[in-house]
Amino acid sequence: MPLRAWDSRFGSLPGAPGLQAIRVSREEWRPLAQDLLAARFRLLALWASRGANSEAIIHAVFFGERGALLVSMPVTPEERYVGLEDLFPAASRMQRAIADLSGLHSTDEDNRPWLRHASWPAGFRPLVDAEVPALAEPVADTYAFVSVEGDGVHEIPVGPIHAGTIEPGHFRFSVVGEKVLRLEERLGYVHKGIERRFTELPILEAHRLAARVSGDSAVAFSWAYCQALEGMSGVQIPARAAWLRALALELERIANHLGDLGALGNDAGFAFGLAQFSRLKEDLLRATHDALGARYLMGLIVPGGTRLDLSEGGADRLRSCVRTLTKQVSELRAIYDDHEGVRDRFIGAGTVAPPLATRLGLIGLAGRASGQALDLRVDLPCEPYTELSPVKVCHNEGDVAARVAVRFDETLESCALVERILATMPAGAHIEHVQAPAAGSLGIGLIEGWRGPVLMALEAGVDGSIRRCHPHDPSWQNWPVLEHAIIDNIVPDFPLINKSFNLAYSGHDL
Amino acid sequence: MLKTLKQIASIGIVTEPAPPADESLRVRDALQEQIRSVLGRALCIRHVDAGSCNGCELEIHALNNPVYNLEGLGIRFVASPRHADMLLVTGPVSRHMVVALRRAYDATPEPKLVVALGDCGCTGGIFGESYASCGRVANVIPVDVAIPGCPPSPTRILQGILAALHTSRASAAGASETLDSPARRA
Ligand code: SF4
Repeated sequence: MPLRAWDSRFGSLPGAPGLQAIRVSREEWRPLAQDLLAARFRLLALWASRGANSEAIIHAVFFGERGALLVSMPVTPEERYVGLEDLFPAASRMQRAIADLSGLHSTDEDNRPWLRHASWPAGFRPLVDAEVPALAEPVADTYAFVSVEGDGVHEIPVGPIHAGTIEPGHFRFSVVGEKVLRLEERLGYVHKGIERRFTELPILEAHRLAARVSGDSAVAFSWAYCQALEGMSGVQIPARAAWLRALALELERIANHLGDLGALGNDAGFAFGLAQFSRLKEDLLRATHDALGARYLMGLIVPGGTRLDLSEGGADRLRSCVRTLTKQVSELRAIYDDHEGVRDRFIGAGTVAPPLATRLGLIGLAGRASGQALDLRVDLPCEPYTELSPVKVCHNEGDVAARVAVRFDETLESCALVERILATMPAGAHIEHVQAPAAGSLGIGLIEGWRGPVLMALEAGVDGSIRRCHPHDPSWQNWPVLEHAIIDNIVPDFPLINKSFNLAYSGHDL
Repeated sequence: MLKTLKQIASIGIVTEPAPPADESLRVRDALQEQIRSVLGRALCIRHVDAGSCNGCELEIHALNNPVYNLEGLGIRFVASPRHADMLLVTGPVSRHMVVALRRAYDATPEPKLVVALGDCGCTGGIFGESYASCGRVANVIPVDVAIPGCPPSPTRILQGILAALHTSRASAAGASETLDSPARRA
């Protein structure tokens, strides 16, 4: 049935602009998901919570032409709810995480634990049970990897600790010679109980934890958190605060892109690139520190606005920094483009063609390199993006070169945005008082971080507490796609291909 | 190629002088004398992310940029704990990383130094101790130097690493006492 048939049942929801919500029965869950798929919606997040009478509820957020939709369905722990993996493949790991943390199981076949290793007993549901059972000393556990049979096939296990300074995770390659037949990821190593921790913090203070879900996306997560909270409390933040937040978000995007562009050059055997881009990144971090008080803006975004305004001279400092960046990044881009060794490694490596990207639900930066033209700053803009109208970047080749090109384009676009923000941001206060929202209220924040759309679902508890908070990083969608991107490539190209996605571990493992 | 050379020539050398060691970051006086005699001035560091948010990692990366130029000071990051003199550990230690962290510690040859990095490494930070987190690094392996900050700046990290290396007059008895600090009992 067409999506229109559900129209009368949609209500509005506080937080991100234009959010709509619908409550469905267990019989309606799958038909609605099918209609959403037919209307080309994509799955943004999937999680479980407890309702007012502590009944279990599964929530999903979909995004499509008519904006973001929250679909909620009450379930019972005794009965399996209908899984969505065949419609939205990214749902699989999210459903497995729901089973690990909330004890609710789907009907889908793959029900191996995902976030739970051997460190806590299977019967303990971290997001449901108040009492933590006695925990045994952690031991190495086993995981049922899918094995590949065949002549000359052998397995290469890597991790959880990797050779470089990166986050921990396990990769298991099945290879013939150097060629990869299959990659299976195992994540969850840095699961540190973030979602349960949220429920122990006051709702007006937990933005600090939000900023630390994934340190490279501190601004995106803390903004999404505050957007949800402010919507629930009915607070309109001062105009200047929104512009300061956008300034911080674009600086975060530029910093991460610069870091990646250097590392990608290095992985392609061009150490010059790393030296140059890491120097530019250092310049930007210092300018950020001078203008906004810290190199990484973990503490800038607070409920009601921003903790600080620009320092005296901060605007000039940032302006001259992004002008230099624009010039130098353009020059370095020409050098990358001309360098045969670099081109050789980038072009055709780790390709995800647009139809596969659509089918698997690839989103964010990596999605925009594979023809998935979704950018919340354009497609679901909050203030000040409504006025800034950023240019959406999109490439179709889907290889490392395309993911590099998206980063170059977006770095230059963000530099231009920073200049425009500095030139046009309104004067006035940068923070407004916020009161804790009413118990039981629910809001969702959605912000386009550098990696892609970041979501924060927040439910208020009594007396300024948090009943439930679910952070969602786009890495959930993109990790499974990396398994496809590496197929038929050679093992030595994995670091480069992996880096070109640069997905979060902490932001995913929670 | 010409463009590359031009860029190199126009930027010149941007490396800044290293900061002094910060002795106040030292939490344990262990074996420095011995380490210095073994090492001379070269130091190999193995980084272990035991549960970090990835913020501390960004600043560790910065140490290798041309401004801080860690390699210029004779300090290198290595791929295996077997080649390391020092473990630089970030994050509250997630329970899922306990086994891997202990293995890395055991694989690091004696004498070894452990530096806990960031508020999380020092105290467990905002994540604390829970069903999934063991809190500070010292709850799992012995720690010599703890560097607070969230994330600590590259300069702070460098000061802490240098403090760990700095010669001290720790007596053998004192050192072994601290080796049996709460860390070992966890
Ligand atoms: S100290 Fe701060 S930056 Fe470092 S891991 Fe902890 S939260 Fe992240």
